[in-house]
Amino acid sequence: MDSMATIRRTFFQECEEQLGELETGLIKMESGTQSVDTVNAVFRAVHSIKGGAGIFGLDGLVKFAHAFETTLDDVRCARLLPTSTVMATLLRAADVLADVVRAAREDLPFDDNKTNILISALSKLDQNAVIHETSPPSESITEHSSTDTGSKNWLINFYPRRELYAKANETALLFRELNRLGVVNVTIDTSRLPELSQIDVDGAYLSWTINLLSDCTESVIRDVFEFVDGDCVLDIANPTEAIVVDEPPEFYGGFEFFAPMGVDVSDTAQPVEKIEVSVKPENITGKVEASATSSIRVDLERVDRMIDLVGELVINEAMLSQRILEAGIVRASGVAVALEELEHLTREIQDSVMAIRAQPVRSVFQRMPRLVREVATQTGKLVRLLTEGEGTEVDKTVIERIADPLTHMIRNAIDHGLESPEIRLAAGKPAEGVVRLAALHRSGRIVVEVADDGAGINRSRVKAKAEENGLISIDAALTDDEIDNLIFLPGFSTASAVTDISGRGVGMDVVRRSVQALGGRISISSRPGKGSTFTMSLPLTLAVLDGMVVNAATHSLIVPLGAILETLQPRAQDVHPLDNKVRVLSLRGGYVPMVDVAMALGYRSEAIEPTKSVALLVECEGGSQAVLLFDTIQGQRQVVIKSLEANYRAVPGIAAATVMGDGRVALILDVDAIVAASRTDQSRPETIRADITLMEAS
Amino acid sequence: MSTTVLTVDDSRTMRDMLKHSLLKAGFRVLQAEDGLDGLEVLKTEQPDVIVTDLNMPRLDGFGFIEAIRRHIDHKTMPVLVLTTEVDSEKKSRAKAAGATGWIVKPFDPVKLVDAIRRVAV
Repeated sequence: MDSMATIRRTFFQECEEQLGELETGLIKMESGTQSVDTVNAVFRAVHSIKGGAGIFGLDGLVKFAHAFETTLDDVRCARLLPTSTVMATLLRAADVLADVVRAAREDLPFDDNKTNILISALSKLDQNAVIHETSPPSESITEHSSTDTGSKNWLINFYPRRELYAKANETALLFRELNRLGVVNVTIDTSRLPELSQIDVDGAYLSWTINLLSDCTESVIRDVFEFVDGDCVLDIANPTEAIVVDEPPEFYGGFEFFAPMGVDVSDTAQPVEKIEVSVKPENITGKVEASATSSIRVDLERVDRMIDLVGELVINEAMLSQRILEAGIVRASGVAVALEELEHLTREIQDSVMAIRAQPVRSVFQRMPRLVREVATQTGKLVRLLTEGEGTEVDKTVIERIADPLTHMIRNAIDHGLESPEIRLAAGKPAEGVVRLAALHRSGRIVVEVADDGAGINRSRVKAKAEENGLISIDAALTDDEIDNLIFLPGFSTASAVTDISGRGVGMDVVRRSVQALGGRISISSRPGKGSTFTMSLPLTLAVLDGMVVNAATHSLIVPLGAILETLQPRAQDVHPLDNKVRVLSLRGGYVPMVDVAMALGYRSEAIEPTKSVALLVECEGGSQAVLLFDTIQGQRQVVIKSLEANYRAVPGIAAATVMGDGRVALILDVDAIVAASRTDQSRPETIRADITLMEAS
Repeated sequence: MSTTVLTVDDSRTMRDMLKHSLLKAGFRVLQAEDGLDGLEVLKTEQPDVIVTDLNMPRLDGFGFIEAIRRHIDHKTMPVLVLTTEVDSEKKSRAKAAGATGWIVKPFDPVKLVDAIRRVAV
């Protein structure tokens, strides 16, 4: 493994975290709820990014982070007040910093104009900063150039002050360093040493005269004393005027013993080959990096591999259990009891592994303030974003995929939901609109809400538009909720002009489709004049699914439990044929279309008799209902989702597949697609049949 | 017994980087995430050299060094601070707090190891 590449990856991971901290901190500062710690944390975030960038030679990033850090330092030291103008610039700088970091990560060029504009904006702020202190002039070391390369006799007088010792500097080590430069002869002067009874243990009484025969320059010698500069009297005499001291040393007779030490040290300079091995004991006995926070970082690949393996384990366990049942072993036998325990454990392992991948939605939520600022600027609206439940955890695969729909929902809330400041004021509302973003767990799913306090849905306009576009029949009697949810229909867009912000070529129908693709639902509720709330609910994971195992003709199918409202036993008097193919079930005063799934998938050509079937009442997107007919129900179980697209190819009506206990592949039904297909396209079954036959043959 | 170095830095990148360079040079490496964490490590470990960042949460480098110098067992422990070239004011503050020497960031691994060797007994 290339460790530099690993560290680089760590750096960019850490950058993302720092950028998150930065943004959170700046927003706190903007809202005036900051503490000293907030300002420090903000400063540190930029400082850390700069430090890491320096290691990897990311000069553009260093330059920008440095300018940013300088201004933040002004704020931190109260030289600059965090006024709204200052905060606006800092927030913009944070956005650009994030862009520069991402460009650096992808090795992409970055537009210098963007950074330069901000660097100059930041330096303008710096100029306004109140200067409390003049910073000391930066140290400059004058290089004594010497054209003479021959050995010279340097005479060095060295008298340490007590401060030198107080800082754990060691004179002997300095002589060891000098010894590397050439031939050294050291003489100690003990004349200042007092009587033992008067000695101060922390005192400095000794001084040395050092003869160095070397071809080095004075600056090289001064470098040796670099750390003790200011804590000693150091006098380096020009070698041309060197006085050769041949007087014998009074006490220790030179420091020859440093020579072997020098050799010893250079031995340890050999690189250690087996780094991993030498680290291990330290990890156990010593302080391990992350132990303070009790968390470790693991490559996602490893976790995914584990999830795959646990999935296999679950399947194997189910197969074993089936075999044992088939072998006719009684349930009360030891084997069956042990098996039950194994089943229990397997389930627990699976839950634990899934929990490893769970992450707070914070990482996605943190991206939203920036979006809000951008859209607010573009639309000229005043927006305050409130977030709740950032700590709500959900599987990583889900997190990655909610960002897009969420972005769109927020754009929509600001662009279409909120009114302009003037209209708001005229309506007696504060000029600043509020968009609230919240996440919570509800009945085994994650619910994300985007609420605005805008004008709400203009129902008469929505209805007129839907009629105009032929989405609903004229004079259709719709409830308020039904009207609100019309905006999710394909080809619907109420904005009179497709704006750059919400437009982008996609409407809410695309959002709904992407949410559905995740096994989620999205709906809207609206109160005129008070605002709208979009509610998106998603499964907590995309790796396992709670499903109902059913039989359609000779095939086992899985119906996602989340879609099932209830199980029914249709009575003959409730079944009404509409035409040859479509039948509806009269249910609590309404009519619900029935779909014979086996027929829809082409497993048989003759429709099943509804009274002899098991019917599942399912809810489709947009709240419409349908009844799915199957032959029998096997039971409820959790299944591991195997992507059909990854292993075979996408099949209409089928969401994914899983492996059952008997080793056979069972298909997971895409309820919406099946219902929609039976509703609109009667030629579909043929296609699906062909696909399924192909797949089962493979 | 190889030289043991305690690195104190709140940046994981920096810690990894230091560790990488120091292990390569044959040192034993201990790590802490900030000053308080560093003092915690010092309760059970006696590193030969400490390399510390200055800007850290909870207890910064200055406070960390002062605490070390106040402790009888750690008084003579060499402490190198990680500092940037331009930060001469911080450098002198660190020196005043009792830092033995410094390493200029972004550090060159050779210079880092060299600086540690210079102060390690």
